[in-house]
Amino acid sequence: MSQNLRVKSSEFIDETHRISFKFDGKTYYGFKGDTLASALIANNVHLVGRSFKYHRPRGIMTSGSEEPNAIVQINPNSNITEPNARATEIEIYEGLEASSQNCWPSVNFDIGGINNFLAPLLPAGFYYKTFMWPKSFWEKYEFFIRYSAGLGKSPTNRDPDIYDHRNIHCDVLVVGAGISGILAAKNAAKNNFKTLLLEEKNELGGSTIFETNEENKINNKLASEWLKKEISELKNIKNLEIKTRTSVAAYHQYNYLLARENLTDHLEKKDKKDKIRQRLLKIRAKKVILATGALERPLIFNNNDRPGIILSSAIKKYNNFYGVACGTKTIFFTNNDSAYESALALHNKGLNVKAIIDIRENSNSRIIKKINDAGIKIYWSHSIVDTTGYKRLSSVSIMKLSNDGTSVTGSKISISCDCLGIAGGWTPAVHLYTQSGNKLTFDEERKIFIPKTNTAEQISVGSCAGDFELDEIIKNLNYKLKIFLNINNSDFEDIAIENDHDTSKRNIWLLPSDKPIGKTKPFVDYQNDATAKDIKLALREGFRSIEHVKRYTTTGMGTDQGKLGNMHALGIIADTAGVKMGELGTTTFRPPYTPLTFGTIVGRNVGEFFDTFRRTPMNDWHVKNKAKFENVGQWKRAWYYPINGETMHQAVQRESKAARQSAGILDASTLGKIDIQGSDATEFLNRVYTNAWSKLAIGKCRYGLMLNEDGMVYDDGVTTRLGENHYIMTTTTGGAANVLGKLEDYLQTEWPELDVYLTSVTDHFATASLCGPNSKKILNKIIPELNLSDDNFPHMSFKEVLIDKIKCRVMRISFTGELSYEINTPASYGEAVWQKCIEAGKEFDITPYGTETMHLLRAEKGFIIVGQDTDGTMTPIDLQMDWIVSKKKYDFIGKRSLYRSDTMKENRKQLVGLLTEDPNIVLEEGAQIVSELNQKPVEMLGHVTSSYFSPNLNKSIALAVVKDGKNMKGKKLFIPMENKNISVTVSNTIFYDEENKRINV
Amino acid sequence: MFLINCPYCGERDQQEFKAGGEAHIERPKQPTELSDDEWAEYLFMRKNIKGVQFERWNHAHGCRKWFNMVRDTSNDQIKAIYKMGEKPPSQ
Repeated sequence: MSQNLRVKSSEFIDETHRISFKFDGKTYYGFKGDTLASALIANNVHLVGRSFKYHRPRGIMTSGSEEPNAIVQINPNSNITEPNARATEIEIYEGLEASSQNCWPSVNFDIGGINNFLAPLLPAGFYYKTFMWPKSFWEKYEFFIRYSAGLGKSPTNRDPDIYDHRNIHCDVLVVGAGISGILAAKNAAKNNFKTLLLEEKNELGGSTIFETNEENKINNKLASEWLKKEISELKNIKNLEIKTRTSVAAYHQYNYLLARENLTDHLEKKDKKDKIRQRLLKIRAKKVILATGALERPLIFNNNDRPGIILSSAIKKYNNFYGVACGTKTIFFTNNDSAYESALALHNKGLNVKAIIDIRENSNSRIIKKINDAGIKIYWSHSIVDTTGYKRLSSVSIMKLSNDGTSVTGSKISISCDCLGIAGGWTPAVHLYTQSGNKLTFDEERKIFIPKTNTAEQISVGSCAGDFELDEIIKNLNYKLKIFLNINNSDFEDIAIENDHDTSKRNIWLLPSDKPIGKTKPFVDYQNDATAKDIKLALREGFRSIEHVKRYTTTGMGTDQGKLGNMHALGIIADTAGVKMGELGTTTFRPPYTPLTFGTIVGRNVGEFFDTFRRTPMNDWHVKNKAKFENVGQWKRAWYYPINGETMHQAVQRESKAARQSAGILDASTLGKIDIQGSDATEFLNRVYTNAWSKLAIGKCRYGLMLNEDGMVYDDGVTTRLGENHYIMTTTTGGAANVLGKLEDYLQTEWPELDVYLTSVTDHFATASLCGPNSKKILNKIIPELNLSDDNFPHMSFKEVLIDKIKCRVMRISFTGELSYEINTPASYGEAVWQKCIEAGKEFDITPYGTETMHLLRAEKGFIIVGQDTDGTMTPIDLQMDWIVSKKKYDFIGKRSLYRSDTMKENRKQLVGLLTEDPNIVLEEGAQIVSELNQKPVEMLGHVTSSYFSPNLNKSIALAVVKDGKNMKGKKLFIPMENKNISVTVSNTIFYDEENKRINV
Repeated sequence: MFLINCPYCGERDQQEFKAGGEAHIERPKQPTELSDDEWAEYLFMRKNIKGVQFERWNHAHGCRKWFNMVRDTSNDQIKAIYKMGEKPPSQ
């Protein structure tokens, strides 16, 4: 289609640079500088989408991020398509493809449009009311509702683009580069504040930059001309960084703001390649100046949503900035002077403005005379009562407004048109201001919410603070800046400003129609199809809180978050309920101000960078030997080592047998290690463990159990006394960081008098655990000079030795029940010592085993794993580990809680062993345990915590927590599964080598 | 996201810190002397005030020191920060 709606060339559009793009499969042309919206309008395409609920045809309404209707799908035929992009923000580039949403099969013929005729049946809360009965049917309804609802399509492939995060610190952050933001940033930077100026659009200057109203002059020049010069000087200012296409999404406490910088969305495909698409700026500013401007309000009248009905200010921008006419026969409908500026701008470009319909009785502004001189008819005290045109506006009907504004009188006049500009006044964009935690106040006269309080380090300037007139903006800006930045002079104190002054406005939130409201469709929230009558219905049904009305009617819950219609919703609620708007308050403004992509939020933290991994010094060996890994906390631990295509079960059975029959080796480097030194180290251990430590000799090891103050098991591990005042504590792999934190907490806050120093040395040592009857022989080969006799090196003791000049600590401790040695070497020698063990163990068929075999072996011995057999509700008594709880010690963490009535109850869940009647059935971990079958309701006695097939016993074994399990030994219980009941017998928790003979073989 | 003035390191982002609940709840010196109710009071009962609250914070990804903070929970204003063992500032 030809560019028949271009009006005189615009300086902001490069008409020498033609760009082709596709919309709904059809190819169009635009120019560099166009947005998708301006290019579509230039091609006379107004129907761009369907509404959410009634599927009514909708057109472009705005020229900015507040757009409710023109939300489109980018790259609709690609599996990396992006939904819900605003056509008013997309800068066109060669090859852009977009399509309308919410319609099937097409935006021109949409089957869902039938909802529009069913509208009387679809009031507010329709879904809540209708689909809730019969209750069981919801699942069936849901499928269809979800299918036809929703905005756009999600991409099905992973996002190939690159995103980034950047931290920024600055003295002054200015949000918004309209006239206020530019002047504020200039002042700040010139006064040596490191200043950052952010603007969501790609050009600076806000709405002033395309202002052609000759009534508004600065220093005797058009305001736009004057501002252009100011902007051109910005690049010479030191300390000033400017980022365009950057939208502030969130304003958190202490001037922490998140902004999305859009880097490549406006580029052609070939130029996007390998570049960062969007960057999340994490900004910590010492001071913040909000200059976020104001959003024009629509007017709420019957059928106010047809394609061709556009905000008056947007029509002006399309005309002045993009050089595009929104129609050939335009009418304006207004309650204030601003529509006259738009009308004049169109008239000056030779466009036909048929009439201005003003709900005011008159206005004294100079601009009125110009409109009269231009021969444009003004209908004072009139209101639009209806509009026609299904896919494009074709006419409006107007009637005389009664004095009180609640009804219309006289005869109806119909005026044909293809475009209607609506001007309902301005709403300060206070979103970020309120996000920061500040409170608004309602200006009853001007019907706007404006900032009330400010923290010391934030101000709002310009129209977002309620200053709409040029002289007022500059005057207040100068005044505020001097105080805020503590400077003597503002750069803009001596400029001469002229502007037309009539700010009269007649505010009617819901304009009357000649029809009863039930027969009208005055849309308040365009995107979610909430009408004024839905709001009134909600009030009739008893909703009072605006937060409830919002959720019930879905007003303000679309992707635009009600930027256009929220004020009207509040106004209609206040008028209907007879309360003051100031008392009603607003709904909560939440981040983000405009939607963010997930990519921007996660940045580089995707795929392998999603979380950090920790690998042990022996990791390369495990990889080389084809280990399968499991995640334990952040650690990658060798899980099992399959050979010749073994399954996990087969590998684990083989490893488990080998470890008991000859020798096995485990990488235990991940266990937490805390070095404890100080003259009160022993006393400290006495306080944090349940057992006694005073008598532990130097060179000896002891197992300890640590509780929380509530008496529940928190962690366990072996601690070794290295010297008089020196211990090394081991913790569970997953608990290491928390245990250190807890111990530091007690030392710093409860027992600061103790002389104890804690150092995390987990990463400093690598640990190879040799286990099995031949482990002694292997160790002897590695350290021949060490006397390994039971007398010199008994179980639960430690030796410091040299292996090839490397100082190592060897502990004879066992988590498998076998004779076992843990060799701790400085981390950098970990792999070498491991290799040495493997070499030395060859003649004994040493078998590396992973965490799964370790779990199996310890389960055969009934050793607990904290976090698997315990879950924060188990005391040592519940674990039947009474032996480890000192009765003599006066106090230790959690001791008092062991004597609370609840922890002393007899029938708590206790740890027991379970043996299946059929020794080949392995129970599922987590399976529930009952004592009776065929009983309803059945009492759940507990659950299985650990379960394995033991190759050494050739039967299935399990640990479980069972109510009163202590007294159930030998009792038969049942594990009901989906298709069978498994019979089990309660047993001792130790299944293998009950006499503990094997640790000394 | 708070900006927290660690008494040992200076201003740091909230990400470096861990909150540790209500401050000035001293662990009883002689727990065994306490009744179940008295122990439960120490163990479980927290004020959770809307308004000015005394809290423990830990510079977990920094100096690892614990300190106290006075914070207004209704608007997240940090009123004061002081070291462990120091007396809270008078309101």
